[in-house]
Parts: sequence; C-alpha cells; structure tokens
Amino acid sequence: MNHLSEEQLILFHYDEAEAGQDRRTFEQHLAACDLCRSRLADLERALALFGSAPVPERPPEYGQQVWTRLRPRLMERPGSIWAAFFAPRSWAVAGALAALIVGAFFAGRYWQRRQGPESAPISAQARERILLVAVGDHLERSQMVLVELVNADGKGPVNIGPERRAARDLVDSNRLYRQTALRDGDVGMASVLDDLERVLIEVANSPSTISSAQLEAIRHRIEAKGILFKIRVVDTQVQEREKSAQASQPKERI
Amino acid sequence: MNRMEENDAGIVAQVLAGDRDAFRVVVERHSHSLFRLAYRMTGNEHDAEEVVQETFLRAYRRLNKFESRSSFSTWLYRIAVNCSLDFSRKRRQHDEHQLAPNPELPDPVESLPASEPSADRLVMSAEVRRKVEATMNELTEKEKAAFVLRHYEGMSIEEVARAMGLRANAAKNNIFRAVQKLRRALEPVVS
Repeated sequence: MNHLSEEQLILFHYDEAEAGQDRRTFEQHLAACDLCRSRLADLERALALFGSAPVPERPPEYGQQVWTRLRPRLMERPGSIWAAFFAPRSWAVAGALAALIVGAFFAGRYWQRRQGPESAPISAQARERILLVAVGDHLERSQMVLVELVNADGKGPVNIGPERRAARDLVDSNRLYRQTALRDGDVGMASVLDDLERVLIEVANSPSTISSAQLEAIRHRIEAKGILFKIRVVDTQVQEREKSAQASQPKERI
Repeated sequence: MNRMEENDAGIVAQVLAGDRDAFRVVVERHSHSLFRLAYRMTGNEHDAEEVVQETFLRAYRRLNKFESRSSFSTWLYRIAVNCSLDFSRKRRQHDEHQLAPNPELPDPVESLPASEPSADRLVMSAEVRRKVEATMNELTEKEKAAFVLRHYEGMSIEEVARAMGLRANAAKNNIFRAVQKLRRALEPVVS
C-alpha cells in the first residue's frame, strides 16, 4: 500500500471512513510504516493545540436566562419592526429632508440657468446624484408600506395604523418627485409615481383599523396595476443611474 | 431521528399552532450547545451570547420553513453558523487591525504533554496562543465553520455538510484545507 495522504491521515484522525477504504487497512499500514505513523503523530500534536480549548462556563440556568431575554422579542409582530421605522418623528424628518433636497435641486437648476455654464457641469451631476439617492430611498420606503399591506393578515379587522402614518408622510415627497420627473420629461418614472401616489392617498385617508374587505380593495389596486413590480423596476433603474452618475462624477467632495 | 429530535419536532408543531411559550423548551434545551458553538466561532463571549439570542430569534421567525423530517438541532446549528459568521464579519470591520491576544482563550500549550511548566514553556505558551489565534483567523469563513463543527462539536462530515448547507465533498474539502493550514502554521511549534 502507498503511504497515506494528508487527507487520509486527517480522515483517520477524525475516524471518518473514506469511500472504498477500510479503516483496518489504514491501521495495518500505520502499524507497519514509521513515516506515516510519525506524520500522524505530528498532525495529532498540532490538533491537540486546538483540541482542549475550553469554553467559558454558562450557569445551569443559562437556558432560562436566554428565554427571559428572548421572550419579549418573540411577542413583536414582524410588522412592528416597521412600526419603529414608521415612527412619525422619523418620517416627518424624512419628509422635510425630501422637500429640502427637491427644493435644493430646483434652486440649483434655477441658479445654474442664471449663472451661465461655468459653474454648471459638476454641481449638476452632484445634485442629480443626491436626487437619485433620495428617490431610491423613497421608492424603497414605499415598497415596504405596500409589501406590509399585501402581506397583512386579512382575517377580521386589520390595524394599518403604522402603514397609514407612513403613507401620509410619503404622499408629499411622492408628489414632489413626480412633478420633478414630469418636468424632466421622465414619463415612465412619473407614471409609476402617479400610480403609487393614488394608493398612498387611499391608505393615508383610510381609518387606522379597516375591514378585511377594505384591505382586499387596497390589495387589489396594488396588484391590478402591478405597482410593486413597477416600483422595483424603477428602483433598479434609479440605482443603476445612481451608480453611473457616481462613476462619471469627477473626484470631488460633495 | 432520536427521541429528543422527535420531541423538538413536536414542540415546533405546537409553536406553529400558536403556543408561543412552547418554544421555551427548545431554547432551554439548546442554549448551552449553541453558546459553545458560537464561542468557538466568534472567539468572544459577548458576541457568542448575542449569537445565541439571534439564532433563536431567526429560528422562531423561520419556524414554518423547518422540515420536520430533518434534524432540528442541525437546522439550529446552521442558523447559528450563519449568525456567527455575520457577527464575525461585523467584528472584523471594527477590529480590522487588532492583533492582541484574546485573554479569554485558554492556554493551548497546557494541552501538550509536559512535566514542568518551565519559563521557556511559559514564553512559548504566549507565543503559541498568539499563533493559534492568528491561524484560526486566517481560515476562510467556511473553513473555520467546518473545522469548528468537526473538531469541536464532533459532527460527522455528513452532519457538517448539512449544518453548513454544503455537499459532503465540499464540507470535507473545507475541513482538509483548515487542518492543513493549521498544521502548517503550527509546524514550528509542534515539531
């Protein structure tokens, strides 16, 4: 028999059989071969350095401690992650920010026209990037609201309070982005934002708790128009534009 | 499937039927072993605690994806391995250049046969500890996970493969590469 390979020695050490090989064959070879025995001993010495490393002890009641910490987190409805996300304060800030960005965008364009071409190219690119980032963010937040509604448990009355608050905040920024898209001649984007806005308004004007039939009507509107799909497509396009805007931008601090 | 596994599958069914508190049994049963695995993977007590919490949380949220004919503990291990890798990545981002020895790690030289703890041995001890830690950190994520599961957890290659979501051959190759790297790195110490 040939000498044992390193892999075979490792398998032997871990008492693992290799397909078509018999452990006894290895044992017989090791008994007769000094070289392989010595290599196996080296391997075992090296692994012994790792082998005895103890783990810090946990008390016997550790399982209970884990459960005590874990239990309140299990009570969270998966949607309540969004509830934190949709907290009115954070959305008010996001809405104000969106308005500020769009305002800055238009102010920049106006300023650009007044100032002439010298200062134009770089700052226009930077503004476009900022706008794309903001639109991407808006689309992702809108998607979350729609996904929550589509996946909500529709048996009996449904609490859509967090989604309703989020929709209210999103309506204003959506309108600004839609108008921007229209002015820029981006008809595809404007059309998707228009569809989105109708759903957002419907959700924003709904009561906090709606019946399963009302929820079904909202879902139907979302699904019939393929709004989620369209948003994802536009969002991907926005991300690509954002990447290419970033790539084409001269290395400057913005 | 052994009795404990059958029991786990029964508890999963209870939880899925709405009895959230039944999950407690699973948590109490597997916390210690998950902590051991997480500690081996992260090398850090605090991170290991977090991994245990996160593993149970992820498991609870994906309980409907668990197939009752497979082993629940292997499924949990798989989640724990992924969580540990996530934590290790985060930790690496924070401690990119931290090479100081981890005081939590035990002295590996103590495991070598010896008569007296001489001064030489103590000096070597610190050196070996550094070497062991640095070598473990040089393994790829998969190599480390495969090594930990095989070497410390005593899983068979088949079980390692299941816990890592790999084919048996891929798991075996990761173990080979890990052991080879570790052995070569420690060759000057052990020979």
